[in-house]
Amino acid sequence: MQEQLRILAGKMLADGRAARVLGWKRTDFETAPEPSFFTAQDDLSELVYNKYCAANLSGFMIGAGKRDGVTVVFLKPCDTYSFNQLVKEHQIDRAKAYVVGVSCGGNAKVEEMEDVGWLERCLVCTKHDHVVYDELVLDESLSRPEAQDRFGGVTRLEGLQSLERYEFWQGELSTCIRCNACRNVCPACNCKKCVFDSAKYDTAAKANVTTFEEQLFHIIRAYHVAGRCTDCGECARVCPQDIKLQLLNRKIIKDINELYGEFQAGQDTETLGPLTAFNADTDAEPSIVHTRG
Amino acid sequence: MQITGEQTFTPLITAFCCNWCSYAGADLAGTSRLAYPAEVRIIKVPCSCRINPLFVLRAFQKGADGVIICGCHPGDCHYIMGNYYARRRMTLLFSLLDFMGIERGRTHLEWVSAAEGAKFAATMSGFAENIHKLGKNRRLEDLRCKSS
Repeated sequence: MQEQLRILAGKMLADGRAARVLGWKRTDFETAPEPSFFTAQDDLSELVYNKYCAANLSGFMIGAGKRDGVTVVFLKPCDTYSFNQLVKEHQIDRAKAYVVGVSCGGNAKVEEMEDVGWLERCLVCTKHDHVVYDELVLDESLSRPEAQDRFGGVTRLEGLQSLERYEFWQGELSTCIRCNACRNVCPACNCKKCVFDSAKYDTAAKANVTTFEEQLFHIIRAYHVAGRCTDCGECARVCPQDIKLQLLNRKIIKDINELYGEFQAGQDTETLGPLTAFNADTDAEPSIVHTRG
Repeated sequence: MQITGEQTFTPLITAFCCNWCSYAGADLAGTSRLAYPAEVRIIKVPCSCRINPLFVLRAFQKGADGVIICGCHPGDCHYIMGNYYARRRMTLLFSLLDFMGIERGRTHLEWVSAAEGAKFAATMSGFAENIHKLGKNRRLEDLRCKSS
């Protein structure tokens, strides 16, 4: 499959149909390929595709769309949702992208450069098909890990008492080092100016005295992508402290599904998002969250 | 004056009121001489949908013990549909706060029209009473942000 991608990319570059190729590049560590633009055919020997190619490349297409010429981009099924969502938000110039959908058999979780099983997001994956592509390069031999319940973690936590939940999150979030990796990697977090870079809020950095600033950061981080988060799981993947960030995003997704109807961000490029629409007659009052179980 | 060492809890309650209905409702409560707790500090916003979730968290961070949001009744928004958006946003925010273990009842949303001075006073009294029961906000404060 890697060879197929190299040949395809080589052809596109050779006949001038594409100005650059966005893919995963070999590094010194097999377990850590990095996203990279390829502009010369000779460099394509560095292009790799394997289970360690976990990076979602769609976010890089925002910048690529502002450059001249077409960019070939390799997207796994779940990445195509992020891509679609960005097209919907007019962040990506669709005409300047040539999307090559690639098969995915799940990505490996890597800790200290060691393969330690599957990424959590791949264990609960529901996005098996590409929702946008110009060409598909499929490998039927790839099999996925057995699917688990995506909202299982959220439901378990919901079943706890308020104080237990608070203590759980204190435990998780107090380990946050505020490296901002979750924000930087997120395709949906693409504001040029981020509220957390503002000096006006004295929460830009990590403090030792209290833990609420992490809570504030993580609440707002999750909330700012509410209704736009495709649950691609990049935030949780890149977290150096292994914080279960997906729980926050999925809680919002679960609420949206329950209150405003099933919604999958990035499914198409037309439907209004749940927070940019409303139903005057049937929307629940906010007090529902305090009265339901 | 005698210092007894006894500490009485005086909560700080932030109320975000929309300019067109709820703020006028508060005004009516005042001119009608209806009593509502002095612990309530009102912040006027153009519309309930002007309220950024960060405003709410920021209030807690700076030491508020409860945050209440008031806006026009659904259908009565001065900007036609601002409160419909606010309704969805705040539902998700309150739910997320609850999920993170913040006590239920520290956040509240109530629709109060310009004619409902009595409802405004009653809502604020009820909310303040709840906050008295919940006690001091410890889970959401940020010591760096507090002046005292």
